[in-house]
Amino acid sequence: MLRYTLKRLAAGAAMLIALSMLVFILLRLAPGDPVDAYIDPMVKMSAADMARLRAELGLDKPLPVQYLIWLRDVLHGDFGRSLQRTGEPVLALIGSRIGPTLLLMLSGFGIAIIFGLIAGVVSAVKRGSVRDGTLLAVAAVGVSSPAFLTALIGLYLFSVVLHWAPSGGMLTPAMPFSLHDLLSHLILPALILAFYQSALVTRYMRSSMLEVLTQDYIRTARAKGVRENRIVSHHAVRNALLPVVTLIGSTLGLAVGGAIFIESVFNWPGMGLLLVNAVELRDYPVIMGSTLVIGAWVIVMNIATDLVYAVIDPRVKVS
Amino acid sequence: MLHMTDMTEARPAPQTASGPSAEPTLRVRGLTTVFRIGRREMPAIENVDLEIAPGETLALVGESGSGKSITSLSVLRLLPGAISRIGGGEVSFRDREGRVRDLVSAGGEEMRRLRGNHIGTVFQEPMSCLNPVHRIGDQIAEPLILHLGLSRRAAFERVVELLAAMGIPDPARRARQYPHELSGGMSQRATIAMALACDPVLLIADEPTTALDVTTQAQILRLLQDLQKTHGMAMLFVTHNFGVVAEIAHRVAVMYAGHVVEQGRVADVFRHPRHPYTRGLMTCVPQPGDALALRRAGQALPTIQGSVPSITDRPPGCPFAPRCALAVDACRAAVPAMEDTGDGHLSRCIRWSEM
Repeated sequence: MLRYTLKRLAAGAAMLIALSMLVFILLRLAPGDPVDAYIDPMVKMSAADMARLRAELGLDKPLPVQYLIWLRDVLHGDFGRSLQRTGEPVLALIGSRIGPTLLLMLSGFGIAIIFGLIAGVVSAVKRGSVRDGTLLAVAAVGVSSPAFLTALIGLYLFSVVLHWAPSGGMLTPAMPFSLHDLLSHLILPALILAFYQSALVTRYMRSSMLEVLTQDYIRTARAKGVRENRIVSHHAVRNALLPVVTLIGSTLGLAVGGAIFIESVFNWPGMGLLLVNAVELRDYPVIMGSTLVIGAWVIVMNIATDLVYAVIDPRVKVS
Repeated sequence: MLHMTDMTEARPAPQTASGPSAEPTLRVRGLTTVFRIGRREMPAIENVDLEIAPGETLALVGESGSGKSITSLSVLRLLPGAISRIGGGEVSFRDREGRVRDLVSAGGEEMRRLRGNHIGTVFQEPMSCLNPVHRIGDQIAEPLILHLGLSRRAAFERVVELLAAMGIPDPARRARQYPHELSGGMSQRATIAMALACDPVLLIADEPTTALDVTTQAQILRLLQDLQKTHGMAMLFVTHNFGVVAEIAHRVAVMYAGHVVEQGRVADVFRHPRHPYTRGLMTCVPQPGDALALRRAGQALPTIQGSVPSITDRPPGCPFAPRCALAVDACRAAVPAMEDTGDGHLSRCIRWSEM
């Protein structure tokens, strides 16, 4: 298991390097000159000054060399500095933003997984009932509601009209930290993130359970005189989880995309907002650094999925 | 696989069921199970009568769709209630303590307490009958813990004994393994151990050897016979294979399109089939020598023309009439009654005496 994990991590590292190359090239292919970001457009600069600035920043070297310099620095733990006036180190910026993003994603997903799995099981076991129908209808709305719609409706309804939750940010400025304050800011974006995901998990879990419940080993369990509750909890759920774990793992990786959107709507100070702002301002080092971190997250989630799979399915041997 | 001459050898009747006074373990009378298909209710099995004494094996034989598995699942009350219900009849079962219960009117909880405890069940496809994510030992221990209240430790010890009794080498190691680590024959031994864990008085074996290769099949049949001798349980053995019937059963009931069409001692039914369907089936089981002779002569193997009518288009009258060479108008008028052709050999054919 350890060997397997290390092998997967090594492959993941190679993928990250490929990803960084791709992002590096794409950024330079975009029109415009990176040096522009350093210049105050109001101040006239001579061509010689521009060339000097380029040389200073290393922008006069050929692209592959620039990339290798960046890579060397990254391997030494130096992700560069933001091109913004404050010139903060990229690593420190990411460090301050990664916590809020993890908090938002994990609470959103936590709600989605717990609710989705329970709803999926109930729906399958009570197939054809009013409860099943209601859950299915809500799930159908959930999977067909894009985040930009639910985020805006949620924002309008719960913070503008009802004033149940603040409209954005993570903490009330100029207030001492309190858990209550954090949670009241967290609840709305987390629930909106959870809405779509739980709908997805509900549907997958339901169909997976329905299939498992027709299996021969379920009939065998009934023939052994096992109670219905235990048939569901002990014999069916674990088997039904197998395909759902794959789904959760892959969406947990890909959910970064959804989180980016929700962070910008709710002004949540996370990686997504950082990345969106960096793209707007052409802050190359920040873009490179945050894509690398997001890429690493996706890869780690995929490896974690495979490991969880191996834990619940004895037929899967990781080696 | 087996020669007809072997088949006709009389099997000694079980000691425990020697006289007619012996109380049967299972007595099925007029059992009818209906399926809801669309808005209509169709009988899947009709008026099934069966009786099995302690220590006796009754084979329920027929083609796919004849209703043999529906019969065994009806007795167990394991058919899904959403699409089926028992339409009539009674199923009297004498439990381990000698109490007679009617399984048709029994409640869900009563049935649950009987299943896996007083009634053991072995199904086809042992691999898919075992839960892939649980250890073999835990699956066998489940009824012991559930019905007999054994501790996990005591149950595990019992499981190892059971697996050893099933002829599984290194039983303690096997108990800790998962189903995918066992061969088909080994898995079927494990499911038999599971069915017999609580020492049931009735074992329902629904095609337990069909998915296994021939040598494993023979071993499993021998195992079941030995277990029956030591436990003295009644056995309902569902199969489509006449060779297996000859090997294991004392009596046989032949099913066709939801009806038992012939029933009697194995030797009688094999030697003098009293229903055209049974006779047709017999000629479809060639002896190896005959098959070779037929091939040399360039002739096809004998078959019964046509196929089993599906549940939705069974004819009125004798269900076999459309395929029967002996059929007359009276056959198509009404389902023939079961007639005793002598010595408890029953036939549902009005022309049995002409055979």
